[in-house]
Amino acid sequence: MNQFTYVEPADVQEVTAALADYGEEAKLIAGGTGLLNLMKQQLVQPAYLIGLRRLSGLKGIRHDGGLHLGALTTLHAIETAPLVRQHAPLLAETCHLVATVRIRTQATIGGAMAHADPSQDTPPAMIALDARVRLESRNGSREVPIDEFFTGYYESVTAPDELITDVFVPPQPAGSGAAFLKFLPQTQDDYATVAVAARLALSGGRISDARIALGAAGSTPLRAAAVEDVLLGQAPTPELLRDAAAAVAGVVDPTSDFRGSADYKRDMAVVFVRRALEQAIARAGRA
Amino acid sequence: MKAIKVTVNGKLESREIPDNRLLVDFLRYDLGLTGTKESCSVGVCGACTVLLDGQPVSSCLTLAAMTDGCAVTTIEGLAQGDRLHPLQQAFIDYGGFQCGICTPGQIMAAKALLDQNPHPTREEIQDWMMGNLCRCTGYYKIIESIQAAAEGKVRS
Repeated sequence: MNQFTYVEPADVQEVTAALADYGEEAKLIAGGTGLLNLMKQQLVQPAYLIGLRRLSGLKGIRHDGGLHLGALTTLHAIETAPLVRQHAPLLAETCHLVATVRIRTQATIGGAMAHADPSQDTPPAMIALDARVRLESRNGSREVPIDEFFTGYYESVTAPDELITDVFVPPQPAGSGAAFLKFLPQTQDDYATVAVAARLALSGGRISDARIALGAAGSTPLRAAAVEDVLLGQAPTPELLRDAAAAVAGVVDPTSDFRGSADYKRDMAVVFVRRALEQAIARAGRA
Repeated sequence: MKAIKVTVNGKLESREIPDNRLLVDFLRYDLGLTGTKESCSVGVCGACTVLLDGQPVSSCLTLAAMTDGCAVTTIEGLAQGDRLHPLQQAFIDYGGFQCGICTPGQIMAAKALLDQNPHPTREEIQDWMMGNLCRCTGYYKIIESIQAAAEGKVRS
């Protein structure tokens, strides 16, 4: 790793002031499980590392018109939190599937968003759950819908002077069910070959709401609007779910690697979207 | 350089370290605690597992500067004098290791599990220990050792 200066501000104001001072020479570090691997490979070489662990106000989960996840809440805390299991069980299930428990005790939800890794698990889950990301800088605060958050390969709308402080998961629609499936042909702690998050709501026997998202299927986490369009307003027959899943082939843009060829991953995206839709509908029916 | 104070295995250690010092290097080189091993260096294999404020972490993916004020437990902190920790004894009694390179990480991960869940099911052990790789044992003996420690079936 390169040489850097590590600083540890005491509150959000000190962090945003440090970001304003150091500009693009600085990187924020929360759990560090993503960033330190990039630094070890010298893909990122910050002159300053701004440690966030003293910002205790950004740790924890509260329910206030939806779930507020403080940016420094670890994935392990999220997967084990009764509030999350009650209000957004999909998120607890997804966090449990991230890497290993050692990573989950360190990695934070804010870091997982900031890292903007297109193959990570929590971004598609957050897209399916219609989450919003709060960003703060010295000039104020803004909230960004998750659909607009990821802009490129390991890139998001987060400006160099901004800090993620909160990820908000709104109340889920009545009669909705959700599923997260991660295709892991090699090892249980691997990146997905393809990952799918789906949320469907039923009203009067028809699909009244659909949010479908994929990980490891392109240069960013992807929302599959083409799949949603086939589903909306229709009765959830097995044929409909199959037809809707087929539409994901035109959405994904996977790259060939040791987890499979691009063609194979595209085929598996269709299979896993169909399975996720079936599971989400089964859960929606139960509600 | 950073001055840090870390309680390691119950003893307060104060050192000046470079800002980019990793926890695994702090333990091995600055404190001479070479029980913790480094293998993959990318947080995948589990060989470097230690407890940070009671939680299992990869010490190869943790900055030492970020442990200032924290408590770290390594494999050296488990035995009390000549008396081995029940997990250590179980790994001996039930053949939980062969070459031994992964063993400190396996035992620290298992300790974190039993601290949080003293009577895990076999499935819970497999799920928790999934990230600690072993190329010798085939894992069955490791799981058996942890079950035995949880059930108190070890020589004492």
